[in-house]
Amino acid sequence: MKIRLDHVVKTFHTFRAVRDVSLDIESGELVALLGPSGSGKTTILRMVAGLEYADGGHIYFGDQDATDIPVRDRGVGFVFQHYALFPHMTVAENIAFGMKVSKVKREKAAIAARVEELLRLVRLEGLGDRFPAQISGGQRQRVALARALAVDPKVLLLDEPFGALDANVRRELRRWLREIHDELGITTLFVTHDQEEALDLADRVVILNEGTIVQQGTPEEVCRSPGSAFVTRFLGDANRLEAEVRGGKAHVGSVSLAADGIPDGAAEVYARPSDLEWSAAGPGIAASITRVLDRPGGRRVMAITTGGEHLEFDVEPELAVHAGQQGFVTLRRAQVFAR
Amino acid sequence: MSAVHTRRKPPRVGDQPLFRRLLIATVLILGALLILAPLIVIGFEAFSEGWRAYASTIAHPDTRHAIFLTVVTALVAVPVNTIFGVAAAWAITKFDFPGRRFLLVVIEIPFSISPIVAGVAYLFVYGLQGFFGPLLEAYEIKVLFALPGIVLASMFVTAPFVARELIPLMQAQGRDLEEAATSLGASGWRTFFSVTLPNIKWALLYGVVLCNARVMGEFGAVSVVSGNIRGQTNTLPLHIELLYHDYQAAGAFASASILAVIAVFTIIAKVALERQGAGRIRRPALAAGAAASTE
Repeated sequence: MKIRLDHVVKTFHTFRAVRDVSLDIESGELVALLGPSGSGKTTILRMVAGLEYADGGHIYFGDQDATDIPVRDRGVGFVFQHYALFPHMTVAENIAFGMKVSKVKREKAAIAARVEELLRLVRLEGLGDRFPAQISGGQRQRVALARALAVDPKVLLLDEPFGALDANVRRELRRWLREIHDELGITTLFVTHDQEEALDLADRVVILNEGTIVQQGTPEEVCRSPGSAFVTRFLGDANRLEAEVRGGKAHVGSVSLAADGIPDGAAEVYARPSDLEWSAAGPGIAASITRVLDRPGGRRVMAITTGGEHLEFDVEPELAVHAGQQGFVTLRRAQVFAR
Repeated sequence: MSAVHTRRKPPRVGDQPLFRRLLIATVLILGALLILAPLIVIGFEAFSEGWRAYASTIAHPDTRHAIFLTVVTALVAVPVNTIFGVAAAWAITKFDFPGRRFLLVVIEIPFSISPIVAGVAYLFVYGLQGFFGPLLEAYEIKVLFALPGIVLASMFVTAPFVARELIPLMQAQGRDLEEAATSLGASGWRTFFSVTLPNIKWALLYGVVLCNARVMGEFGAVSVVSGNIRGQTNTLPLHIELLYHDYQAAGAFASASILAVIAVFTIIAKVALERQGAGRIRRPALAAGAAASTE
């Protein structure tokens, strides 16, 4: 089912949570809504579900205007951040709930068979008789997903699906959710504040800030060509340097970078820690090392330029560096934004 | 070194033996004097003129009528207040609407007002010279000095009991479960009966038990609106006072013993419900959880 948001607005009291958001989600697509807290991502998800009503604009499911369809009849599967499993029902009863309350009457045996099928899908065979309190967080997450899928939703909506889990379970479930999505082909929209999660899982990432979409695209597009300083900063560690643009070139100290289409004047340059290179001799930006952090994957160096700007970058673990050392930093790759 | 060995744990405030014994003794003596002794006296005095006198007091038509009236009042007031309490708690905790905080305050009013003030207020509203007085008289509806007045006054006093028990619990539970149920296609009633109610049932029963105890024991508000007509508008607490003023001490204590027995059953019910997790803010099933994790 294709979903279209058309100039959607939502205000809580005086706080404008969502400001004029338009978004198209293709049928079968897996889309991430990514943004810091307060960016309106959960509100958008809840409006698509019908748990929150839009103050303005329209939400279309296919060609049908779903804006005023109550959540009960909207046919969405919603997975809550804290799962919201019914604590007084077993896992099987939780999964069967949607089928039991449905207007479409089903045979008891048919419901039981479907529950078994879903338990198999989420790899929880044999746990149907347990209560939510008797299973782990990762298992609860999968029960919540099975329960949402049981009603054959047109759209699957997940609110911070892995937020409450520890890192290992999280990575595993992420891969598994992708597999389920590929298997079922259901249009899926999920909310996260974790860039890695969004980039790993989604076909398309929608980045939000202060209630508006700041950029959207495939993980490759948003990573390789971030549209703004905010997106660059939000997607991961980045070093920020003051620069001066003159005639299509950005100058940072003695280093110059291509800056096509940026008007002359003050600018800022962003570079990932892995895009900076350290050398004892010039040319480059003069800096002195303040700290060296050793990590399993390499060596992170913190430095300060002669201009007083803080930098973080990675060097080969074999490279001999120590605090107080003077040297030069060059930029292998960087993004330039006008200020 | 030896000092370290003799003192196994660091001393806490008030941990000296003398201080501890003094505190425990104070509590025991005060508890005996203030609570236990009066209860024992009720038992003794009720039977001071023998079994026969006790039985005849209870069997007296006025006493029986007082018991009847008390039970009828409870049978009307408790269900009405239960429905009110559930509806109020549901509205306050699961929905946002203007005046939500105001409603919360209104529900609490009977707790902070002396019951006698409530009684007098009812007098002014439903009495002959009162607000609705002429209207009620025109239709010959008797509210005051009759059963409706007693029930109304009792309901006023006990209105907050159920709601007060449910609101903190339902606030802690949040709206997720209800939202999940509706997103799965459940109707409002279905959501209430199969999702909300099972998760609040113990707290609800706890509130009902407390509410019932208070309805049966209410004196102040009821004494103002009932008119104290023996054998007609006397509830059990009022009957006890009347007997006492008539110098029928044994009769008064015999009637009081009935209320005391109700109180004992209330406490047993309360303890049993607390074991089920009522009266505490938590989700019974989820709190027990994490330990059983298998992943």
